[in-house]
Amino acid sequence: MAKQAPSNNKEIVKLVNARKIYQMGTEQVNALAGVNITFKKGSFWAIMGPSGSGKSTMMNILGCLDRLSSGSYFLDGRDVSRLDDDSLSEFRLRYLGFIFQSFNLIPQLTVQRNIELPLYYLGWDARQSAARAKELAEQVGLGDRVGHRPTELSGGQMQRVAIARALANDPQVIFADEPTGNLDSATGEQILELLIKLNKLGKTIIIVTHEPAIAEHTHSRLHMLDGLIDRIEGSSQ
Amino acid sequence: MRQTRIARNIWLGIENLLLHKLRSFLTMLGVVFGVGSVVAMLSVGEGASKEALEQIRKLGSNNIIISSMKSAEEEATSTTRSRMSMYGLTYEDHRRVAQSFEDIQRTAPVKLMRRDSRLYEKVMELRVVGTTPEWFELVPRQVLAGRILLKSDQEKQAPVAVLTEFGARKILATESTIGQTICIGSDNFEVIGIVKSESGQAGNIQIPDQDVDAYVPIEVARRYFGDIFTKRTSSGEERERVELHQMIIQVDDPKKVEAIAGGIERMLEKFHKKKDYVVSVPLALLKQAEAMKRRFNIVLGSIAGISLLVGGIGIMNIMLASVTERTREIGIRRAIGAKRRQIVFQFLIETVVLSTIGGIIGLGVGALIPFLITYFSGMVTMMTLKGILLPLLISMSIGILFGLYPAVHAAKVDPIVALRHE
Repeated sequence: MAKQAPSNNKEIVKLVNARKIYQMGTEQVNALAGVNITFKKGSFWAIMGPSGSGKSTMMNILGCLDRLSSGSYFLDGRDVSRLDDDSLSEFRLRYLGFIFQSFNLIPQLTVQRNIELPLYYLGWDARQSAARAKELAEQVGLGDRVGHRPTELSGGQMQRVAIARALANDPQVIFADEPTGNLDSATGEQILELLIKLNKLGKTIIIVTHEPAIAEHTHSRLHMLDGLIDRIEGSSQ
Repeated sequence: MRQTRIARNIWLGIENLLLHKLRSFLTMLGVVFGVGSVVAMLSVGEGASKEALEQIRKLGSNNIIISSMKSAEEEATSTTRSRMSMYGLTYEDHRRVAQSFEDIQRTAPVKLMRRDSRLYEKVMELRVVGTTPEWFELVPRQVLAGRILLKSDQEKQAPVAVLTEFGARKILATESTIGQTICIGSDNFEVIGIVKSESGQAGNIQIPDQDVDAYVPIEVARRYFGDIFTKRTSSGEERERVELHQMIIQVDDPKKVEAIAGGIERMLEKFHKKKDYVVSVPLALLKQAEAMKRRFNIVLGSIAGISLLVGGIGIMNIMLASVTERTREIGIRRAIGAKRRQIVFQFLIETVVLSTIGGIIGLGVGALIPFLITYFSGMVTMMTLKGILLPLLISMSIGILFGLYPAVHAAKVDPIVALRHE
């Protein structure tokens, strides 16, 4: 598992008849009601839809944070839908990066330590990970802030740190859950530009958002409704 | 690599604890006092038992000591009337005991009395010990000047005396006194030697040369002073006839000591109508003292254990609160790819670091207490390696024991829920 599969496999993310059923009291909720979709390597997607449409569930499933009730999820060609908690953690660690609306930095750690976090779990030694963290901080324009704590940064800066952290493990797919939701429009624009740049460098990026202005910048848009795909816009690459 | 990883984890744990200095400090206080009391308890117990054991050991673990003692009935009747009471061991007892048991290596009869003595112009009361040369082999002591009693003194019934260091000093005897004449009672003795004093008392056995003693050959003591002693009591004079005050018996093998003591006791019972003697076995006392020490340690240990338990519960409580407070952090770590056991490890390390630091501080506090006890009360205390390592080990175990539940609790956090946690 440690070795990444040869990446001429162009289908990086693939859901086959994916279902997720929640038990809410006596009622069963079909958060995903049989979804079939393929995201290709290097693509830039927006998942959209009103609340309750299943886009958050979709995000959790794709992010290996949750498991399907039935159906299959192929990540880089491997079926991960039946894996145990440890193996899913391993997949998150090696294949995925996360960016959240509320940044989700660890407040007591410095910028550098936050960026180093995935490297720590990857077992990198302290010197190497410090060098990598500094490099990433510079890449997101925060080379002079590595010693600061998140509370000393602005929202835009915090999200840049989060992006640097998401990049630390050199992931195949980056998930961004409303990445600009807590930012003003100018700052949001900068963050979005950063994501576009990363996509151009070859990263597969999946944004969950309900803002059409954000979604416009992506190549493809997946609209969810009642746990199903409502429609797909843009090039499906 | 593995080692540096653990070192890093420990360092991260310390960093996290430093973020909440006051809280961490208050949390570890329970362990500090718990460990402190364990350390103090161990060193006081160790010191006390060492002192007791030392004294018993001085009496010789191969020895049996039989002392004359007025029997209970005699005690009750003799006080009112002035009459002569007769009790105790006899010369015959000594001969019989010495001949009856083949495992007995040597025996020494002891006759004790107090007499005013005069050296030059100085007069003071000495305890006169009539005994045989064997006595000096049974209770070995350093000869400071001159010589000890010899077989030839016994055979010649020579009026010679060996003084103890304390006694010699009090009566102003020095090395140059050897060969001089000391007047004990109304008889003249030649001072032939000075030996080192041994002081102390253990159980009910009096070490024969407590302070101011003069040793003379037993036959000489018997001939000069007789067997009848006059004691002045509140109700007048009391006369008693005692042949021997003590008998010290050395057995060649410590394993046989108790069996022979039993044999001697049975033999004495046959020849004495009343129980006017006491048989003591230092070895038995030693065993008793050791059993006592164990009991002492168990009692104090459980008291200290309770305070450690309270300390541990305090830690667990705070760690549980900390887990709740850091739910979001746990969620972030899990989302990034931390496995459950890595989360368990992280929190466990924090607790163990906390309790171990508490243990180290407690060690300092605990070392200070016996120091103060010794300083103010003069009681002997002793820090042993065991007394240092055991509490440290206990404090670490407390960290693991009481940290495990909060850590497992932390790892159960669902990352999806945790990331939404405010």
